[in-house]
Amino acid sequence: MSTDVVDKNKRRFLTAATSVVGAVGAGFVAVPFLASWMPSERAKNAGAPVEADISKLEEGRLLIVEWQSKPVWIVRRSRQMLDNLPKMNDNLRDPDSENTDQQPEYAQNETRSRKPEISVLVGICTHLGCSPTYRPEIAPADLGDDWLGGFFCPCHSSRFDMAGRVFQGVPAPTNLVVPPHYYLTENTIRVGEDGGAA
Amino acid sequence: MGKLIGWIDDRFPLTKMWNEHLAEYYAPKNFNFWYFFGSLALMVLVIQILSGLFLTMHYKPDAELAFASVEYIMRDVPYGWLIRYIHSTGATAFFIVVYLHMLRGLMYGSYKKPRELIWLFGMFIYLALMAEAFMGYLLPWGQMSYWGAQVIISLFGAIPVIGDDLTLWIRGDFVISDATLNRFFALHVIALPLVLIFLVVAHILALHEVGSNNPDGVEIKKNKDENGIPLDGIPFHPYYTVKDIVGVVVFLFFFATVMFFFPDGGGYFLEHANFIASDPLKTPEHIAPVWYFTPFYAILRAVPDKLMGVGAMGAAIVLLFFMPWIDRCKVKSIRYRSNIYKINLAVFVVSFVVLGWLAMQPVTSTITMLSQVFSLLYFGFFVVLFITSKNEETKPVPDRVTE
Repeated sequence: MSTDVVDKNKRRFLTAATSVVGAVGAGFVAVPFLASWMPSERAKNAGAPVEADISKLEEGRLLIVEWQSKPVWIVRRSRQMLDNLPKMNDNLRDPDSENTDQQPEYAQNETRSRKPEISVLVGICTHLGCSPTYRPEIAPADLGDDWLGGFFCPCHSSRFDMAGRVFQGVPAPTNLVVPPHYYLTENTIRVGEDGGAA
Repeated sequence: MGKLIGWIDDRFPLTKMWNEHLAEYYAPKNFNFWYFFGSLALMVLVIQILSGLFLTMHYKPDAELAFASVEYIMRDVPYGWLIRYIHSTGATAFFIVVYLHMLRGLMYGSYKKPRELIWLFGMFIYLALMAEAFMGYLLPWGQMSYWGAQVIISLFGAIPVIGDDLTLWIRGDFVISDATLNRFFALHVIALPLVLIFLVVAHILALHEVGSNNPDGVEIKKNKDENGIPLDGIPFHPYYTVKDIVGVVVFLFFFATVMFFFPDGGGYFLEHANFIASDPLKTPEHIAPVWYFTPFYAILRAVPDKLMGVGAMGAAIVLLFFMPWIDRCKVKSIRYRSNIYKINLAVFVVSFVVLGWLAMQPVTSTITMLSQVFSLLYFGFFVVLFITSKNEETKPVPDRVTE
C-alpha cells in the first residue's frame, strides 16, 4: 500500500458514498417527526356518528348538528323548493351529481337525498372550507333576481342551490358533500353511517 | 477596560466584528428617509420576540383554554393588556416597515447585481414573516382565528393529487382543532423565530459583504481613497446609528399612539369577530384576513376557480422573488430610469393598495370586477418590466453620489 500517492477518485467515491448513506439515514430519522403530524389515534376515533331528531323541523327551516366537529345541515324543503331544483340545471357545474366523491350512491339523484324533502349536507364550502349561509328566500337584493334559494358562502361568494349543487362561475369546484346517513325511524336521522343497504 | 477588551479579542473577534459591521462599515453618505426601515424592522423583531416571550408565560395553547387565557392576559395579568397590545401592534408595525423597506428596494434597484442574494434572503424573511403572522393569529382562538386558518390551510387542498392529505397533515385532524393550535403555537414561538433570526443574519451578512446600495444606485466602492475607504462612504457607526435612533424615536411615537389609543386599529389590526370564541359550526358573515394579507386575498377572490385562484395568489408572491432577473435594466435607481418604469412602479404600488382595500369589502359583482382589473395591473407590472427593461431609455448615471 502506497503512502505518498493519494487516490483522489477513490477518496471522492468514498466521500460521495458516505454522504449518500448519511442522507438516507437522515431521511429515515425524519419519518417519525413528519408522521407525528398526522391525526392521532384519538382524533381518528372522535368521528362517531350522531343522531338528529327532525320531528320539530318545519318546512323551509335548517337544523345544524355537529358531526366530526363539522356542521351538518338538515333542511326540510318545501314543494316549491323541490320544483325549483331542475330549473337551475343549466347554471350548475354538476347538476346530475356525477362526481361520486361528493355523495353516497343513495343520494346521487335529483334531490341529492334519501327522502326528497329532507336534504342532509356537510355545511363546509368545497372551496376553502368556510361554512356557507342558508339563504332560502327568492331573489334577495344582494344575490340577484335569478336566486331561487340555496346556500351562499360569505368568504368567496360561492353559490349552491337547495340540493347543495354548485353554480358555474364560482370558486368552489364541486357540490357540497352529502354525508353518509340513514333513517333510524321516520323522524330520526343517524349521520355518519350508511345503515347497511342503501 | 482596554486590557479586558484585549483579553477578549485574543479569544473572540469582538473588536473585529464591531469594526466590520459598525465602526468601519462604510455606507453611502446619501441615505435618505427610505433607509430607516431596515433598522426599524430589526428593532420590531426584537420587540416581538420580547413581548412574545412574556405572552407565552400566561397563554395556554389548548383549544379549551386558549381563548380564556387571552382574556385572562387582558384582564387579570398585571400589564398583560399592554404586553399583548405591544405584540399585536408590533405585528402590524412589522408589515408596514417591511413593505416600505421592500418598496425602497424596488425604487432604488437594491435587488440588482451584486445584491440578488440580499433580495432573496429578504423575500424568504417576508415569507417566514407571513407564516409567523398567520400562525400567531390562530392562537387567540377567536372566530377569525379559526375561520382564517380554515381558509388558509384549505388553500393547500387546491394542489392536485396530494392536496387533501397535505391539509390533513398540516391540521393533524379532520378539522382545525386542538392538534392544529398546539403545533401552530410550537412553530410560532420556536421554529419560525429561529428561522427568522437565521435569515436576518444572512440578510445582513450578505449586505455587508457587497455594501449598501443608495438612492443614486452607484457603487461607492468604485471610488476609494488611498486608504481603500470609499470616498462617498461614511462609517455606519456613529453616523447612521445616530440617524437611525432619530428614526426609532419617531417610529416609537407612532407605535405608542396606536398601542395606547387604537390597539385594534378600527378592526383592521385586531378584527372584531375575533373577540368571539371560535365556533366550528358558524362562519362569521364577513370574513377578511388582517390587512397585511389582503392584497393577495383579493387576487384569490378575483379568480372564479379554486386551483387557478390559489395559483394566482401564490404567483403574486413568487414573482417578487425573481425581480433581479425580471428587471433587466442595468441602471439601478429610479432617479435615472425611464418614465415607463416610474409609471409602471406607481401603478404597481397603487394596485397593491387598492387590492388590499378591495379584499376588505363584502363581495359584490363590482368589487369582484375591480379586483380582477387590479389583479391584472399587479401582474402587468412584471410583464411590462420584463419587456421594457431590456432596452430601457435611461438618463446618464453620475460617477459619484449626488450631494
